[in-house]
Amino acid sequence: MTTTIIWTIAIISGLGLLLALTLYLVAQRFKVVEDPRIELVEKAMPGANCGGCGFAGCHAFAESAVKAPNLDNHFCPVGGNETMKAVADILGYEIQEKAPMVAVVRCNGSCANRPKVNEYDGSVSCKVKASLYSGDTGCAFGCLGCGDCVEACKFGALSMDPETGLPVVDENKCTACGACTKACPKGIIELRKKGPRGMREFVSCVNKDKGPSVKKACAAACIGCGICVKTCTHGAIVLDNNVAYIDPEKCKLCRECEAMCPTGAIHGVNFPKPLDKEAVKARVQERQKKAREAAAAAANEIKKEENNG
Amino acid sequence: MDKILVSPNPHLHSKTTTKVLMRDVVIALLPAVVVSVVFYGWKELLVLAVSVLSCVLVEYLITRYCLKKASTTGDWSAIVTGILLALNLPTTTPWWVVFIGAIVAIGVAKMTFGGLGQNLFNPALVGRVFLLISFPTYMTRWEIPQGLFGVDAITGATPLGVIKEGLMQGASVPELMAQHGYSYSQMLFANIGGSAGEACAIAILVGFIYLVARKVIKPWITLSILGTVAAVSCIFWLANPAQFTDPLFNLLTGGLLLGSCFMATDYVTSPMTTKGGIIFGIGIGFITLMIRYFGSYPEGMSFAILIMNSTVPLLNNWFHQKKYGRA
Amino acid sequence: MARRTFSIGGVHPNDAKISRDCKIEVLPTPPTVYIAVAQHIGAPAKPVVAVGDKVKAGQVIAEPGGFMSAYIHSSVSGTVKSIGPRKDLSGNNQMVVEIAVEGDEWMEGIDRTDTLITEIPQDPKAIIEKIKLGGVVGLGGATFPTHVKLSPPPGKTCEMLIINGCECEPYLTSDFRTLLEKGEQVVVGTAIIKKALGVDKATIAIEDNKPEAIDHIEKVVAEMKAKSTDYAGIEVMSLMKKYPEGGEKQLIDAVMHRQVKSGGLPIDVGAVVDNVCTALAVYEAVQKNKPLVDNSVTVTGECFPRQANLLVRVGTPINYIIDFLGGVPEDAAKVISGGPMMGKSIANLEAATMKGTGGLLFLTREQTKRMPESNCIRCGKCADACPMGLEPFLLNRLAKAGNTDALEENAVQDCIMCGCCLYSCPAGIPLLDVISQARGQVMGIMKARAAAAKAAAEAAKPKTE
Repeated sequence: MTTTIIWTIAIISGLGLLLALTLYLVAQRFKVVEDPRIELVEKAMPGANCGGCGFAGCHAFAESAVKAPNLDNHFCPVGGNETMKAVADILGYEIQEKAPMVAVVRCNGSCANRPKVNEYDGSVSCKVKASLYSGDTGCAFGCLGCGDCVEACKFGALSMDPETGLPVVDENKCTACGACTKACPKGIIELRKKGPRGMREFVSCVNKDKGPSVKKACAAACIGCGICVKTCTHGAIVLDNNVAYIDPEKCKLCRECEAMCPTGAIHGVNFPKPLDKEAVKARVQERQKKAREAAAAAANEIKKEENNG
Repeated sequence: MDKILVSPNPHLHSKTTTKVLMRDVVIALLPAVVVSVVFYGWKELLVLAVSVLSCVLVEYLITRYCLKKASTTGDWSAIVTGILLALNLPTTTPWWVVFIGAIVAIGVAKMTFGGLGQNLFNPALVGRVFLLISFPTYMTRWEIPQGLFGVDAITGATPLGVIKEGLMQGASVPELMAQHGYSYSQMLFANIGGSAGEACAIAILVGFIYLVARKVIKPWITLSILGTVAAVSCIFWLANPAQFTDPLFNLLTGGLLLGSCFMATDYVTSPMTTKGGIIFGIGIGFITLMIRYFGSYPEGMSFAILIMNSTVPLLNNWFHQKKYGRA
Repeated sequence: MARRTFSIGGVHPNDAKISRDCKIEVLPTPPTVYIAVAQHIGAPAKPVVAVGDKVKAGQVIAEPGGFMSAYIHSSVSGTVKSIGPRKDLSGNNQMVVEIAVEGDEWMEGIDRTDTLITEIPQDPKAIIEKIKLGGVVGLGGATFPTHVKLSPPPGKTCEMLIINGCECEPYLTSDFRTLLEKGEQVVVGTAIIKKALGVDKATIAIEDNKPEAIDHIEKVVAEMKAKSTDYAGIEVMSLMKKYPEGGEKQLIDAVMHRQVKSGGLPIDVGAVVDNVCTALAVYEAVQKNKPLVDNSVTVTGECFPRQANLLVRVGTPINYIIDFLGGVPEDAAKVISGGPMMGKSIANLEAATMKGTGGLLFLTREQTKRMPESNCIRCGKCADACPMGLEPFLLNRLAKAGNTDALEENAVQDCIMCGCCLYSCPAGIPLLDVISQARGQVMGIMKARAAAAKAAAEAAKPKTE
């Protein structure tokens, strides 16, 4: 009885030792020598493997970052500046801080704003739908509503609002990895600067059609009227292909364009106070009137001088 | 016309849906069901009813309350499983054993894998084999058919069981056949001992022909099983007729016909391509015969199908459709 | 003898040729036409008219925008109102030339009489030039510029011309009516294409659900053969009705028992395939100087009150055609340009017809609504139906996993988008939706790889020299 127990213990232990030794030898034999910094960098990464940086995953990013002469071409949108600082410290590089970004859905085509003229009956996929036709409404540029972006988001930051039929970005969860911008066949999602305390101003429409047909298709579309361009005193708005675009670098968040937009296509978010449209409008109109008068006066002056001369 | 419907091509769809296919299988099983009820009487009807109802009930409960999805019982597949399970059981099986079989068949073999289409093994067979191993006494008490109004149930062994038993005691095949008075016409038209579905070869073949004619299944799997069994048993029988049963006996007894016509041809658990199907069938035929000749069980069809079920992913990987313009 | 057909897959949808007895009628000219500049595969044509210009029917309004492109002619006489974007039948903007119709004046030199001219020009180059000037494109659906198809690349020779009269799509009957009513012209057109290719054999393939057409064309061919040696070698072949028989690759398999290699062209196996309507257009362009400005369109559907085959000017708004026939029926839910298997769903009824528009089909919700998707039961019906021998169930799974390497290995790029897989799937899985996306993706990858390989080869060349 005792001998049996002893033998059993001995055999099991011996077997364990033998296997451990084998494993150790094999591990030594096939050891891959890797730059130890790669592992350190990878540890500093968020580990989401989302591909937002343009590499296959966090390990690929780390490999490439270690080899690179500087970190100009490497930025982890998910970890942001904090992660990049940690990576730079490990590798002894300098980095420039980047402004945090966020995904912005540029479409106002809610069910109420865009009357449907067609009904889709196929795979629930924006890609399939986009390859087939322009969409259920008269607008050929807006959101298709099948949620490819929601599917693409690895951070659960996107969801479809059942009431509007449009995707909604949860700013706290969005890491600006850019997966949704690639997934959207209509290209309506843009990565924009998050802005000071999250405040930002953007044109929530990408419709390039001419005014009248846009107006027919959607009640809250950018009709390319150019009022915002004229209103903006910072030169931040450009009108290209019948659609306005606010340059986030130049925008001073004065919200005048938002107040002046006839269709409400310009959105301001995260501002502490709601926009008093009428007041701002009156202010802008007053300023424009004065400018006109000044211009008229100046013109008169020139005329007079010419007449005198 | 208020909104125009838009969808990718094609804009028409064949009328053959999953439900239609499964209903066709049920229709094809009807001859076997009717014959078994006629031969075995109301007890068989009870087994059938319990089996079908509990299969449907288990699937309904699981989809509704465990998976919290819309119930899938409308596709008739649970009914098919229920009928097949019942046809594979002895008529004397108590109702609660049948119910346990249904739980294993639907609950374990089908729904845990993700429901219809996802399961690796044929649910009815998993249920049957589970019962065979767990309740061997109930599962080997085969009844000699007494007709619709027969009262006294006489239980006995199946021809395969008799032969196996006899061979072990040193008797030879021709002796045993003569002793028990087995004739081929009897096997073809019923009333030999066995599970209800094994009773009448003709009824099963009628159903099989219906399925092939309706293009529900292709005949290749079935034919390759039957061909393999015939060929291999022919070799053994010619080599030693005293020790091994003849091809016709092997084709007509046990669950071979029911299994090859209705269970090996199950869409979900058989290979997708014809080539793969033929290999699958050869495997089933060969394993069945090996179990019958050399195994400890008298019958091996269920085990053979389950073993070959496990090779299906591999067969699907190896055998592909012939592609246009590629050698 | 077994009925001849292609060897792999195929399905048998209900024929539903309910407009087969409707003679081709001429549709009155609409008040305005919208002629797109991209009506063919390849580069869009470049407009050569300006707003305010007066044009005549048959006048060139746009010139080829590249090697793979075609002339576009005005289909009406009138004034160019605008040149700019307009929503096409999918609702996307497309460059169109808008012409307000005034009278019906035709360019000089166009013979609009019915006189049959059986004597054909002998110079292949002249024929191809005339076809090019006539703006003829393939009318079987792909709208491939015909003059490009008839100029095989050097080193490849054509052994057989196949004229495709299968019309395997259910409902459509315009090819059938063309064969019956303009069979002589089709046969002359066939002879012209045969001459242009310098090939001895030509086969007019017709499915056996159109026995009248087979009889008629056989009679016409016999008459023509008696008249001139130019018609020697033209045969009529009856094929078993099966979809997609009219697919180029399937037709070559059925007629010649040869299969085009993956990524290859029909000419690789010595075949050129043209539609019967293309043969007719070639006849008109070469013999009558009449460019491709009108085509026959089947307007049909069980819910549609009046079935018709119409001769429609290119650029006619679709709702003009519908109004002419009595408006959209109440219970119609879907309008399809083309047949029900490969046709395109129309999202915008204000869009105009193009050269390749062969049918307008109205289906009710009941007929066409997709059934809800359920689990794959692994029945393999999709694989049995696929005429390319692919395994749609596998491609669907791989596409969902995004495994492009395995997709390429399993030949997703060979898919011809015939729709047989989705048609036959008992579980209603949208196989083709997913596969066509994956196909596009894989083809993009293959193209990029080929381009990279070419660039690498170019880069390596100077070093070795």
